Amino acid sequence: MSEVLQDPALVAPPPKVVRFARVIRVLRRRPSAIAGGAILVFFILIALLAKWIEPYSIADQVGKVFGHPSLAHPLGLDDSGYDMLSLLIEGTKVSLIVGFAATCVSMIIGGGIGLSAGYFGGATDTVLMRITDYFLVIPDIPLMIVLAALFGSSLFNIILVIGVILWTGTARVIRAQVKTVRERVYVKRVRSLGATHSRLILQHILPQVAPLLIANTVLTVAVAIFDETALSFLGLGDPSSVTWGQLISHAFERSAISAGAWWALVPPGLCVAALTIGCYLLGQAMEDALNPRLKVAHLAPRGFRLRPLVGRGEESV
Amino acid sequence: MRRSDYLLKRTGFALITIFVAITLNFFLFRVLPGSAITNIAHVPHSSRQLQVALTREFGLDKPKWEQYLIYLKELGKGNLGISWANQQPVTSEIRTDLANTIPMLTLGTVLSILLGVGSGVIAAWRRGRTGDYGPTGLALLFYSFPTQWLGLMLVVLFASVLPISGMSDPFLVDPTMLQKLTDILKHMILPSATVALTLYGSYALIVRSSMLETLGEDYVLTARAKGLSGWAIVRKHALRNAMLPMVTLIALSLGTVVGGFILVEVVFSWPGIGQAAYQAVVQRDYPMLQGVFLVLTISVVVFNLLADLVYFKLDPRVTE
Repeated sequence: MSEVLQDPALVAPPPKVVRFARVIRVLRRRPSAIAGGAILVFFILIALLAKWIEPYSIADQVGKVFGHPSLAHPLGLDDSGYDMLSLLIEGTKVSLIVGFAATCVSMIIGGGIGLSAGYFGGATDTVLMRITDYFLVIPDIPLMIVLAALFGSSLFNIILVIGVILWTGTARVIRAQVKTVRERVYVKRVRSLGATHSRLILQHILPQVAPLLIANTVLTVAVAIFDETALSFLGLGDPSSVTWGQLISHAFERSAISAGAWWALVPPGLCVAALTIGCYLLGQAMEDALNPRLKVAHLAPRGFRLRPLVGRGEESV
Repeated sequence: MRRSDYLLKRTGFALITIFVAITLNFFLFRVLPGSAITNIAHVPHSSRQLQVALTREFGLDKPKWEQYLIYLKELGKGNLGISWANQQPVTSEIRTDLANTIPMLTLGTVLSILLGVGSGVIAAWRRGRTGDYGPTGLALLFYSFPTQWLGLMLVVLFASVLPISGMSDPFLVDPTMLQKLTDILKHMILPSATVALTLYGSYALIVRSSMLETLGEDYVLTARAKGLSGWAIVRKHALRNAMLPMVTLIALSLGTVVGGFILVEVVFSWPGIGQAAYQAVVQRDYPMLQGVFLVLTISVVVFNLLADLVYFKLDPRVTE
C-alpha cells in the first residue's frame, strides 16, 4: 500500500515546494514585503538579544525621575528613574513573546477548526462554522476584558485570553482554502488509493494551506500585540512584566504627560505601530501572492499590456 | 431561496447569537469553577450569617439550571441587577452611559467613514502611483497606532487649546442652553477625532482593496475599452459594485469599533459606557461588567443585522 502511495505516477506531484518557492519569488519582487520582513526581523533580533543589549538594569533607578534624554540615556528616564531604552528593549521581548504565543494558540484552534470544517464538510462544517460565526460577531475587546477580569491577569492568562479570541478569522480563511484543495484531482486520487483522513490532511492538504496559514500568522501577531496594549491600558495586563502596552499605560497613569515627559510615551507607541506596519506589509503581500485576482493586467499602472490571467484554472494557487 | 426566507434566516441568526451571548454571560460569571459570583459567598474570614445572606441574595443554593432560568426571567424584565459600586440598578446606569457615548461615537464613526471611503477610492484609482502611496501610507500609519496612544498624543498636542477630560466644564456659571451645547461639543472634539483617526485607517485599506477587486472585473475592462476615462469608470461602474463588500466589512469591523471607543473614553474620561466598563473592571463590579458586556454584544449583533439588511437592499441577487 505504501509503495503505491509513493508512486509519483499515481499521486500527482504535490506542488508544495513549488508553491513556497513561488510565494518567495513573488515576495522578493515586492519592496513592501521586503520592508515588512526587515521590520519584523529587526524586532525579533532585538528581542533575542535583549539580555545583552539593554544598557541598564530594568529594575533599578539609574538617574533622575523623568530625566531628559541625554547621551547616557538616549530615551530619557521614566517616573521611577528607570532607563527608558532598557525598558523599551525588554518590552520588545515580552510583547513579541505575548504576540507569538497568543498567535500560536489562535492558529491551533482556528487552523484545527478550519481544517476539519473544510475537509469533512457536511454537518461538521455547518456546526463548526455556526460556532465560528457566533464568536465572530461577539466583540473581541469586551469579551477579552471580561475573561481577563474574571481569570486574573498573569502573562500566561493574557496569552490564552487573546489566543482564544483571535481564531475566528483564521478558521474561515483556512476553511475556504481547504474546500478548494479538497476538490483537486490529486487529492481525489490519493483518497481513492485508501489514504486515511489524517494522512490526507497532514501530508496533502496541510502543505497546500501552510503558506496561507503563515500569512495569517504574521497578520495575527500584530493584532495580538495590539490587543495586549489595550488590556494593559485597562489595568488588565500583568503588572510585573514590562511590555509596550504597560509602558504606554504607565505614561498615562503616572502623569508622564503632565510632567511633559513625552519620551516616556512616544517610543512604545511608535514601536507598536512599526511592528504592526511590518506585519501588515509582509502578511498582506503573502496573501496577495496567494490570491491571483489582483494580478489582472489592465490594473497594472504602466501601459496596457494584456497578460494571461495567472492561475485562475483548476490547478491554481 | 426566496427573499423573505433570507431575511428570516438572518434575523434568526441574530436572535440566536444574542441568546448565545446571554448564555455565555451566565456561564462565565456563574458556572465556571471559581467564577466571580460563585466566589462571592466565600469571602475569607466571613461570618456564617454573611455567607448565608450572600448565598441567598445571589440564589447560589439553587441548582444551576434554575439559576439560569431566573437569570433569563429577570433579563426579560430588563433587570440586570444592582451595581455593587453605587447600589444603583445597572439598567438605568447603562442607559445614562449610552446616551453619553452615542453622540461622540456617531460623530467619530461618520467622520472616519467619510475619510476612509474618500482616501480608499483615490488610492485604488491611482493604484501603484504617488496618488496611491500617499493616502495608503497614511492610512496604514493610522491603522497601526494603538488607539489609546493616539488619544494620548492628541492630548499632548492639543491640551492647551481644547478640553481633554470629561464631557462638560463644571465651572460654567449659569450657562445658557447654547453655551452648554458648545461646551459639550468642544469636549467632544478630541475623543471623536481619536475615534475617527483610528478607524479611518482600516476603512481606507478595506475600501482600497474592495475597489481594486472590482476594478479587476471584466466589465471594467469593457468600460475602459469603450474609452471611458478612469474617473468615470471609478464613479459610475466600480464604486457602486464595490459598495457591497464595503458594507459587510465595515459591519464586521464594528466589533473593533467597540473595543476602540472603550480605550478612547478611558483616555478622555468621557462618562460613557466604555468608561463604565473600565470602572467596573477596576472596582470588580461584576453585575455592571456583565451588563455592559451584554449591551455591547447585543448592539454589535443588531448593527450586523442592519448591515445585512442594507446589503440585501443594495444587491437584489443576495439570496445565496
